[in-house]
Amino acid sequence: MEATYNYKVVRQFAIMTVVWGIVGMLVGVILSAQLIWPALTEALGPLAPYLSYGRIRPLHTNAVIFAFGGCALFATSLFIVQRTCQVRLLSDALASFVFWGWQLIIVLAAVSLPLGVTTGKEYAELEWPIDLLITVVWVAYAVLFIGTVIIRKTQHIYVANWFFGAYIITIAILHLVNSAELPWILGGGVAWWKSYSAYAGVHDAMVQWWYGHNAVGFFLTTAFLGMMYYFVPKQAGRPIFSYRLSIVHFWALNFIYMWAGPHHLLYTALPDWAQSLGMVFSLMLIAPSWGGMMNGIMTLSGAWHKLRTDPILKFLITALSFYGMSTFEGPMMSVKTVNALSHYTEWTIGHVHSGALGWVAMISIGSLYYLIPRLFGREEMYSTRLINVHFWWSTIGVVLYIAALWIAGVAQGLMWRATNADGTLTYSFAQSVNAMYPFYTIRLIGGTMFFAGMLLMAYNVWKTVAAGKAVNDARIPQAVAA
Amino acid sequence: MDILYLLIPLSLVFVAAIAGVFLWAVRSGQFEDMEGPAHRILMDDDLEPGPRDTGGRIKSDNNVD
Repeated sequence: MEATYNYKVVRQFAIMTVVWGIVGMLVGVILSAQLIWPALTEALGPLAPYLSYGRIRPLHTNAVIFAFGGCALFATSLFIVQRTCQVRLLSDALASFVFWGWQLIIVLAAVSLPLGVTTGKEYAELEWPIDLLITVVWVAYAVLFIGTVIIRKTQHIYVANWFFGAYIITIAILHLVNSAELPWILGGGVAWWKSYSAYAGVHDAMVQWWYGHNAVGFFLTTAFLGMMYYFVPKQAGRPIFSYRLSIVHFWALNFIYMWAGPHHLLYTALPDWAQSLGMVFSLMLIAPSWGGMMNGIMTLSGAWHKLRTDPILKFLITALSFYGMSTFEGPMMSVKTVNALSHYTEWTIGHVHSGALGWVAMISIGSLYYLIPRLFGREEMYSTRLINVHFWWSTIGVVLYIAALWIAGVAQGLMWRATNADGTLTYSFAQSVNAMYPFYTIRLIGGTMFFAGMLLMAYNVWKTVAAGKAVNDARIPQAVAA
Repeated sequence: MDILYLLIPLSLVFVAAIAGVFLWAVRSGQFEDMEGPAHRILMDDDLEPGPRDTGGRIKSDNNVD
């Protein structure tokens, strides 16, 4: 039998990326509507508690980050590692286990979070039984990915694989350290699923944001950069602008990311020096981030005209622009004086979505539009025009979303800090909430546009898959002489 | 801030591990060629779908078989 790549697992994850993207973004749309109409889901009677804001907010974040983003990363990393190492995945059984294991985790999250089962740690809300399952599946993924790199047929390890490798190892350690917890039942508790963090107070906060920001750094940045370093050159049909710069980008990012976390805890009980340390490391991150952004965008140097006609490239390059914008905005917001205004305001939510929708979702969507036809034996997606429409809906959606929340955040920050001559507060908190209505409405419109774009994508994918053949695993080419 | 007694050593272990991998990569010649690898990923573009495909195989158009 001729050696082939394992495309099955890539196909499974690619399709589920679209499915979970729709689910996660729909929950986001419901949440943003609840902010405008707080009683929105109360009409559901006995079901209402399960859809209350506090319960579905973690459902939204977990669904878009770990279900949508996670599936996109599994699909692309397992595709790229095979293509660039020119070898089939280490084990089909392991690949299957990773897929089904991850889907089980997502379903458990989708059930437990609305039930109110949570550790209360942001982006790590899932309770201990699910945490254990995540550990097992993640280790399997690490063995699968790194094992495939080890058995590679090429001498060189392509830079994208370095990014994925760093993300897999770091997420494993972050998860293990941050989710260290004691099941309550060991202390005689009655709820078997409930656990308490191994850390307390400000220590817990420090570990939580050491985890939280590195999750952003390694899950939502490093890994998606791996995606970028493969799909941008492939879609543009040109080598990356500077391969040397991509290597520098990788090592610089890895050496300085680890200590940016304290910027989430400025003006808290965290010692002042630790806060300043977090701020300094955050500022340093501009250098590698912008180097990487330039590297990706300049890949089109000399072929800019392709942007006019190729909506997939538009997705990828716009994603890079949002990456550049968020990685400039982030360090700025970690400057203590700026943070004094922006902290706890909607600005932060805007910043997160500039990264999550603008960078993470758009680079994933662009990559999937490249990937899906190839996984189903088709030359291109069913409709390029629909990709173009999707592109504009998403772009306008994100811009509406983040612009509304910039204004909202700054307005909020200024209202909260405004004082009268006698030292009393100028505005009550309720007044600042009231001022949010127009911006929440614009945000809902922007978010709905982005969500609608995902529905278009689902239709396009459906038509592509229906006309394609899902059976073929591509033959592995002869190793190109190195 | 006793937690730093955990986090700082952990970070140092990280840095040591990263430095170790970096040294391995340099010594094993991973970074000898800073041009070729960028071009090589483009040269595996072997997709040529269509009715000619038999047995689910995908033909190569760039590589010599």
